[in-house]
Amino acid sequence: MEQLIVTVLGQDRVGLVATIANCLQKYNINIIDITQKVLDNNIFSMVLRVESSENTNLEAFRQEIKDIEQAKQLNIFVQQENLFLSMHRI
Amino acid sequence: MLGHLEIIETIQMLNTQHLDVRTVTLGINLIDCIDKEAEVTAQRIYEKIVRLGTPLVKTANQIGEHYGVKIVNKRVAVTPISIIANACNTNDYTIFSQAMDKAAKEIGIDFIGGFSALVDKGFTSSDRHLIESLPSALSSTERVCGSVNVGSTKSGINLSAIQMLGQTVKDLAIQSKDQDGIAAAKFVVFCNAVPDNPFMAGAFHGVENADCTLSVGVSGPGVVRHALSLLPKEASIEEVCETIKKISFKITRMGDFIGREVAKALGVQFGIIDLSLAPTPAIGDSVANVLEEFGLSSVGACGTTFALALLNDAVKKGGLMAAHRVGGLSGAFIPVSEDEGMIRATRDGHLTLEKLEAMTAVCSVGLDMIAIPGDTSSDIISGLIADEMAIGMINQKTTAVRVIPVPHKGVGDTVVFGGLLGEATIIPVNTCDCSTLIQRGGQAPAPLHSLKN
Repeated sequence: MEQLIVTVLGQDRVGLVATIANCLQKYNINIIDITQKVLDNNIFSMVLRVESSENTNLEAFRQEIKDIEQAKQLNIFVQQENLFLSMHRI
Repeated sequence: MLGHLEIIETIQMLNTQHLDVRTVTLGINLIDCIDKEAEVTAQRIYEKIVRLGTPLVKTANQIGEHYGVKIVNKRVAVTPISIIANACNTNDYTIFSQAMDKAAKEIGIDFIGGFSALVDKGFTSSDRHLIESLPSALSSTERVCGSVNVGSTKSGINLSAIQMLGQTVKDLAIQSKDQDGIAAAKFVVFCNAVPDNPFMAGAFHGVENADCTLSVGVSGPGVVRHALSLLPKEASIEEVCETIKKISFKITRMGDFIGREVAKALGVQFGIIDLSLAPTPAIGDSVANVLEEFGLSSVGACGTTFALALLNDAVKKGGLMAAHRVGGLSGAFIPVSEDEGMIRATRDGHLTLEKLEAMTAVCSVGLDMIAIPGDTSSDIISGLIADEMAIGMINQKTTAVRVIPVPHKGVGDTVVFGGLLGEATIIPVNTCDCSTLIQRGGQAPAPLHSLKN
């Protein structure tokens, strides 16, 4: 099981949260926390802290996220949480 | 839970401000490859580099993808070849550079360092063989980098070596004249060379290191510039320095974390993190731009040395606590052809060789990736090296010279090296004769402050 941070950036529109949530569900990835904000430059941003399961195929998940990125013209980043903890927590 | 804006800040650093891990460099001890027969030694060198280096690129790429951090360069540094070849039955060390080159190609890395000699207190016969082999060794290979340490605060400066190396730099450029002298870009002369520098062309694996270590160099001029650009113009210089310290802490933590993950996955000891700001020719990844953000119209203006000194100091102060082990060169780099802002400033005549020399007294390393006229004499190149080595020796810091006397080109001409090596406008060098000084040769004594015991 891995703790991941999924960050979504792009133009706001209906159904974004559902698209990402459905994808997470498909790969049995649990959402621990979720926040969303519109940044100063009018960019929609959503950050999800998620946890994969033992049967999660992370490689396939990353590929599907890439497909969603292209189809919906979003920037989506899937990164292990430790990176952020190392940069922002002493 | 991490804050939303902390995560967005990191994402922006990585994706719009060019934050990356500039290099992970695997240091490999080659002492157990020594044999009397040069061919046996060369074969062992090849086999050991391939055995230990094969997983490097794949592992670094995998970890980079997991964390969403680009690891730009994957490289190898080896024990200085003048030590490894000392007992071999050959005076031409090209055979060893070719073994290194073949291994580098096999494991998929772009540069391998360590075709090197340490002569700050005198030559061994092997050091001389290596220096004499340099033009052939570096121009007949694609990926091998070489270096010679000619001075140190502890031992003084080997002027005889500097005399030889002025000609070596010329020969390297001439032997690669079809590519604007690019072989000279793969060679650097040092004072106070460090044994754990992960950056090329000067990386080598010093004999004091463990058998195999992984060291890291981070980048991040774009991130520092962005942080400074958010400050109001009336912010005091203390606020500028504090801002750099804070952002350097984050940059370094990222590099330290990624480096440790790569070392762990490879099963090798983590070496050091080099607290450096390393530019690239890409727009927005320039140390010159950071200096301009201090409040200069162009790098090279009066005030540049002051700004660079503060930048260098703040990067170290911020990075030090963020890293487990610090080493290498650690400071801001100012390679002219590899920095978009430096390229512009030299082209526009705002940045001169003399100003660059002054800047090297307060930052990491030295006169780096500077294109000079092809007809510059070897003695003048030696004089240039001697000046830079003196700055390093007296100030107890690493200094270096990597200049390219571009064959058949003169002041104002442009030369394009390509890729991360970038491009440069050829700048003038003082042509007053210094040959009598250089031809004196011998060993310049160590300064008074070398006597610390």
